[in-house]
Order: sequence, then C-alpha cells, then structure tokens
Amino acid sequence: MNFVPITERDQQAMLAAAGVDAFERLLSIPPGIPRAKWNLPKGLSEPELTGLLTGQAARNRTVRTEVSFLGAGATEHWIPSVVRYLFSRGEFLTAYTPYQPEASQGTLQAMYEFQSMICDLTGMAVANASLYEGASALAEAVVLALRATGRNRVAISRTVHPEYRQTLKTYLAGSEAALDLLPHRDGAVDPAAESKITDQTACLVLQLPNAFGCIEEWAALIRKAKAQGALVIVSADPIALSVVRPPAEIGADIVVGEGQALGTPLLYGGPYLGLFACREELLRRLPGRIVGRTRDANGRRGFVLTIQTREQHIRRSRATSNICTNEAMMALNAAVYLAALGKSGFRELGVQNLSKARYAHQTLTALPGVEPLFDRPFFNEFALSLPKDPEQVNAELLKRGFLGGLALKRWDPKLANGWLVCVTEARSKEQIDRFAEALREILR
Amino acid sequence: MKESIPTAEAETQPVEGLLPVEPLLKELSSSGRRAFELPPLDVPAVDPARALPADWVRREPVPLPEVSELDLVRHFLRLAHLNFSVETHFYPLGSCTMKYNPKINEELSALSGFTDLHPYQPEESVQGMLGLLWELEGLFREILGMARVTLQPAAGAHGEFTALLMTRAYHASRGEKRRKVILPDSAHGTNPASAALCGFEVVEIPSNARGRVSLEAVRKAVDGETALLMMTNPNTLGLFEEEVLKISEAVHAAGGLMYLDGANMNALLGLVRPGDMGFDMVHVNIHKTFSIPHGSGGPGGGPVGVGPALAPFLPGPLVEEREGAFRLVSPEQSIGRVRSFFGNVNALIRAYVYIRALGGAGLKRVAEGAILNANYLKAKVSEALEIAVDEPCMHEFIATAAPLKKATGVRALDIAKRLLDYGFYAPTIYFPLIVPEALMIEPSETESRATLDAFAEALSRIVAEARTDPDRVRRAPRNCPVSRLDEVQAAREPDLRW
Repeated sequence: MNFVPITERDQQAMLAAAGVDAFERLLSIPPGIPRAKWNLPKGLSEPELTGLLTGQAARNRTVRTEVSFLGAGATEHWIPSVVRYLFSRGEFLTAYTPYQPEASQGTLQAMYEFQSMICDLTGMAVANASLYEGASALAEAVVLALRATGRNRVAISRTVHPEYRQTLKTYLAGSEAALDLLPHRDGAVDPAAESKITDQTACLVLQLPNAFGCIEEWAALIRKAKAQGALVIVSADPIALSVVRPPAEIGADIVVGEGQALGTPLLYGGPYLGLFACREELLRRLPGRIVGRTRDANGRRGFVLTIQTREQHIRRSRATSNICTNEAMMALNAAVYLAALGKSGFRELGVQNLSKARYAHQTLTALPGVEPLFDRPFFNEFALSLPKDPEQVNAELLKRGFLGGLALKRWDPKLANGWLVCVTEARSKEQIDRFAEALREILR
Repeated sequence: MKESIPTAEAETQPVEGLLPVEPLLKELSSSGRRAFELPPLDVPAVDPARALPADWVRREPVPLPEVSELDLVRHFLRLAHLNFSVETHFYPLGSCTMKYNPKINEELSALSGFTDLHPYQPEESVQGMLGLLWELEGLFREILGMARVTLQPAAGAHGEFTALLMTRAYHASRGEKRRKVILPDSAHGTNPASAALCGFEVVEIPSNARGRVSLEAVRKAVDGETALLMMTNPNTLGLFEEEVLKISEAVHAAGGLMYLDGANMNALLGLVRPGDMGFDMVHVNIHKTFSIPHGSGGPGGGPVGVGPALAPFLPGPLVEEREGAFRLVSPEQSIGRVRSFFGNVNALIRAYVYIRALGGAGLKRVAEGAILNANYLKAKVSEALEIAVDEPCMHEFIATAAPLKKATGVRALDIAKRLLDYGFYAPTIYFPLIVPEALMIEPSETESRATLDAFAEALSRIVAEARTDPDRVRRAPRNCPVSRLDEVQAAREPDLRW
C-alpha cells in the first residue's frame, strides 16, 4: 500500500522549487555512514493484509470464544456500543495533545469531564488526564510522595499486585529510596507490620480490593501513617468504587488505579488507562496533563491545558514526571462509559458484580475440596484453594471452553493451590453453573 | 491545481456572549435518564451494606451524569466537531509526525481475536498474538539495525526511561557507577526529565552555529563519569547530525553509551539505520513513524531497540520462539518490569499492519516523501519567514518569527493562532528552545503539494497582515469555537472539575 500522494510530476516540480535537481542532493548524510540495507518483506494490499491478520487472530482463543473467569488487574465488562463508536471518531483519534486549545476544545472539554468523574469516583479534589496504566501510575504516585516528603522509605503491602510492585521497584532503581514490604496474613496486611511505618516513611501503599480480591481493614495502618507524616496511596479498582466508599474518605492522599475496566477491552494487556487523583495540596506536584476551565477573550467558557510549569517540555530535568504522550483515548472511553451507565446504572453495575461474585463463590465452595483461601469481604474477585494443581485444572477447563482463574503460584510459590477467580456482570448464572459443573468433573 | 484557501474574513464571527459552546455532561443531566441497560440480575441480589464492612460502604451513589444515548452521542460529536485533527485539517505539528493513519490499521487491530485476549491467558491459547509480536520485534530489529527490541514501553518518554535504566544496569554490571548523561540544548524536554527520573545528572552541551551538536563540546564534556549521550537525529531542527560517527567514537572511547531519541525516525526509514550510526539503543514512537493515531494525546508506544551488549538488561517479558511455539520470558539480568502486562499491544498491532502494508520499499518512500515535502515547504515558507538554519533539511524545519516580531510586534504565538483562522493547525511553537520565536514545521509524507501550497500561502498572508494590521493577527483566532483563552487565569485559579 502507499499513502504518499507525491506523483512523479510533483516530485520534479518540488525538487526544482527546493533548488536541487535530484533527491539525493537534499541529503546531508555523510558518505562514511553506511546506507540502510535491510531485509524486509514486500508491501501487501488490503485483501492480503486482511487474510494475514484474520488468520493470525483466529489462532487465538478469546474471552468471546471461551467463558473467562480471569481478572487479576484486567477485567472483562460489557462495553456499550456507544463507547466503541465514539472511540472510532477521527476528530478525537487523529488529533494530538491539545497544545492549541482554540482548535482542540472537543478533546479538552472531554478530558475535563473525565477528570470530574474520576474525582467523583475517588472523592479526590483533582485528577489528571491519564497516565499509561495502573502499575506506572502507582510508581508515579510514589515518586510524588518521595519528593513531597523528602523521605526515602516506601511502605508497601505485599497484597499490592506483584506486577505493580515489580514496576515500582524498577522505577525506583535510580533513586535512593528503599521499599519496606509489609507482609500479609490471611489475605490482608499483617497488623504487626504497622511497626515498619516510621518517621522515615514517605508513603504507605495499599490496594483496594487487594491483589487477592480482599477488602482489607486499614484504619489502624492509616492512622499510623498519618501520625508519622507519611502520605497514603491507594491503588483502587474504579468499578469497585461504585459501591465501596471513596478512598478519600478513609484517608487516602493519592488514589491511582487501572482504568481499563471503564470501557476499554482487554487488548492482551494494553493500551490501558492509568488513573491518578489526589488532594488539592499536591496539585502542583501532579504528573501528566491537567485540563482546566477558563474564559476566552469574549468571556465565553473554554478549556486549556494548565499548570504546565510542572511538565517536561517546560521544566525539563526538574519536571514532576517525564510523561508526554498519555492514554487520552482510553480516558475518553472511560468518560463515555461512566456517563452511559450514569448514576443509577453505575451503582447497579456494582451490585451485579458483587452479587454474581458471591453466587459464584457459594457455588464453587460447595464443591468437595474447594475452600476459600481467605475469609475476607470481596467485590468481584476471590481466591480459592483447589484440591488439585490449578494449572492442570485450567488446562482441563480450557478443553471444556473455559478460561479458569489465575493460578496464584505464578505470584507466590507458597500459594501452590491458590486460584484467583473473577466474576463480573458479564457472566450469567448459567455460565457460572456450567463452570462449577466443569470444575466438579475435573476434580472428581 | 491549487487548493482554495479559506479567507478568514469570509467566515462569520462566533456568536458573542456567555453561552458555552457545548454544555457539560453534568449540565445535560436529567434525573432518571439512562443510556445503557444491564440485563436483569439472574442471581440473588446482594446488598452492599450487608456484603461489605460497615466502614467500607459507599453512602451515596457516585453522582455521575444521567443522559440518554442520543444525548451522549450528540454531546461527544459536537465536541468532536470542535477539534482540528489529521482527518479534518493539515496538522504540521513539528516533532509529532502527524501523518495520515490508515483505516486498515483500525479495522484489523479491532478483530476480536486481538481485542478480547486476557493478558493472563495460558500461552498456548494466544499463539497467534505472541507470534505476531515476535514477528514485529523482528521487523523492528531489521528497521533499526538492532539485536533485540522490547515492545513494552507505552510511549517515547517511557522508552527513554527504560533505556536509561538499562544504561545504569549495564555500567553497574561492569562495576561502574557513572552519573552523567550528556544531551544537547536542542533535546526534547523528555530527555532531561527521563534522565533526572533515573537519578542521573544532566549535562547540557551547546549546539553549534549550524544547529548541530558540537563535536568540540562533546569531547570537552565526555569523561569517565559519562554514562550516556542522548541524541536526536535528525535533530529537533530537522538537520542531520553529520558528525554522529565521531561523536559515537568519542563517547564509546570514554566507556559511555549512545542513545538515539528516535522521535524523528520517519526521516531515516530505509536511508540510515540507527545501529549503523554507532547507537547502542534507540526508541521509536509508533504513534509518529508507524502511523498509530495520536488519539488526542495517546495511547502510543515506544519500543526500544538495543545492541547485543545491552540485550541482557531488557525489561521483561519478551517473546521467545522455541520449536515453533511462542512463550514469554524475562532476561536474567533484566532491569525488571516497566509496566504491568505486555505493553500497548493493540497499538503495536497497528504498527505491524503498517509495516507489512508498506514493506521495505514503501517505508523508504515514506522517508523520501517526508524529506521532499519538508524541503519544498521550507522553500515556500522562506518567502515569508526566516528559516533558522537555511540548509537542506530532513523531515522538518524551523522558521523564526524573531525579525517579524521586532518589526511588527507579532509573535510566533500570534501566527500560530491566526493559522487556525485559515483552517490549519499550528506548527509546534517556541521549540527547540535555542531558536527564538520558533515555528517548527513538519508536513509529513502524506500531505499533497496542493495542501503545502495552501499552507504557505496562508502563512505569507498572515505575515502581510502583520505588517499592515498587526492587531488582527494578535487578536486571532476569530473563526474558532472560542477566541484566545486566558491561560494565566486557568493556572492562577485552577478549576479542574465540575
């Protein structure tokens, strides 16, 4: 295929206008540098590409061809068709970061609306216009806390998603900061871990619901963190916030999270949506783009990128973050998704997730040998203990058309029989029953 | 045939007054409306107040807008119409490579076999996906002249960050703790920001009079503390760094590494490979060079290619092929993860489709077209504005409004705003920092000669207006949905949510 509209005739005229007689004369690549020699395939036409990619896609089994009970940081929800339609609009899709606000009011207002809804969800005063995804958003929050407090210890619960903890460790490799891992007991932070929070602790990092799906009891931990002057960072599932108390009300200073569940498909892991919201006092330390409301020369309401003196293109090595490109289209998905569900629909969504997960929990734990791994409240995900190797069970389930839960030994070898099951509103009772029946057969 | 230029005067002024252009969703909200319905609950309903601990129960529903589906579609389409975009307007935003984004990319990346994959599915159930990613890595290796490529980074700046962490790990593996990262004063802001985030000390070196990195300055700056030199080539002035080989030599001789900020890779495709210019690492922005739509700010993707010496430090996971089967692995000395899951996979599929659509010859035609368009437009623009370094350029060039400002008071910002009135998005302005009143113009290869002519004509009319009626330019835009916005007030009294 070819998307270059320059004809032979154009080329001659354009070279002449540029004052040269041959294309090579435009190049100031010195002779010492070898010219590219590469071995790339020939270009393909649309029908050929379609054949190639359709074939490749067909080699995958999907959450549509199978019935999935996988979650662990990426969750399947029904995406209203209006979300998919608006995602396809070229006016949003083919614009860039709104550097010229007068010609970008559509994007800017949509981002302002996104920020507003994220604030409503989290209870925070400010939210940015997105970061890459959940794990790096968490790392950015910790970087903020380190700088804001001038301290260098990070207290993080082992019940935070392991990939998030690994990403954080990578992000801090170039700093003096050290991680204090708070051990867990019975699916929640061990209350004795409180002693690891000291006057050197920059922040306490927690996850809601945690990596095992549990909703923990944090009051004492948070009290301790506050007393020691540490910031409290909560990585939250935005869908859970439909029925769960906003983290701001329990003392969080920064709320981050993976926003994929808000209208973005699973996409084998990305692009997703990094959420970032915080208290007003931290506004000038926020990473990423922020949209603000203002007025034009005629007094009319309008929107601009604001407080840009935090950002890399102005502050360079003293910027609050290096981020430039973000995930604006996924933020648009989230804005449309949240508005499509609306006030009562979003609460109903939460109730359905809670109800289906409870039903599945009851149905599955009624099977012989299947036990709850932890006895904690949960939202739409829970950990079980199986009487057989969960990986073998998953292989058997796949043969029967199910993507089983996550074998927790992937995260922690000690949880050899642990199995993390996610059940959202996208699962029907009939699917849950069939899943339980398949599991019963496999375990027999 | 010349494209007709919309004349600013012929169009109507926006209606004056305080009515907003489009209400906020919140203002459209009406209690009881819904745009989406869930199927009825088919299991016993659970009351959150009973299922959750008392202090975890949300007391009031999240106060989200309540609108109908038509309200929603109309609202966001009205917003869409307030945007300039590549599909509606010429978007010569320098450094951003705002090329046309082929439809086939969107169609094929949206296949259910790609979009409906969970990142924790068993590897045997996603062999088509892993195979495509493995093949894509191979294509990037070939295009960049590198040994391995990580597809994980979510953006260019994320790629820089990844490379800087690998730099640290590489030196540490040799028992060295080098602190300095050298970069030119023309570098993108992400370069120093990424270096600082990794704990490096940034040493900025001046460019020479021809807008290039000064070899002299490099030699003076490089020492045993040098961890990395970050370079953009072609640089942010759109000029090829002719001394790149000698610069590489000097840095390597001191034990440092060479990094290419591949933001401008569009100009190099099929002409020169980063690996052949002495670079140890390079990132590419798939949302620039490889036609991923910029999505109003994202998502993009920033794969990083590395030479053999750096490959052991790549972030995990990588795809590996063994006996025809694909699996995910992490190198032993890996710097670790830079994000959750595998990367911006769905964006990477678009890049794959683009590379396969164009093939080797087509990709080379991209670079040639980008360079020809830029040089042609530069010749045209030079009739109206001074060019910062008036030599043959690569894919972009810098014009300066400094002389015009001196003569008329009209600044680069005013020209940018007035261009909006003429139906063109504005170039990048005030960057690179080393050129006063800079307008950074990158036409990309997908624009026609007629569009370039129309843009140059608009610019020259604006310069003429600046000389006869400077206020008209300074008050621009007047044909946009809003007139010039008060950014000072926005920053002083932040209003960031409803």
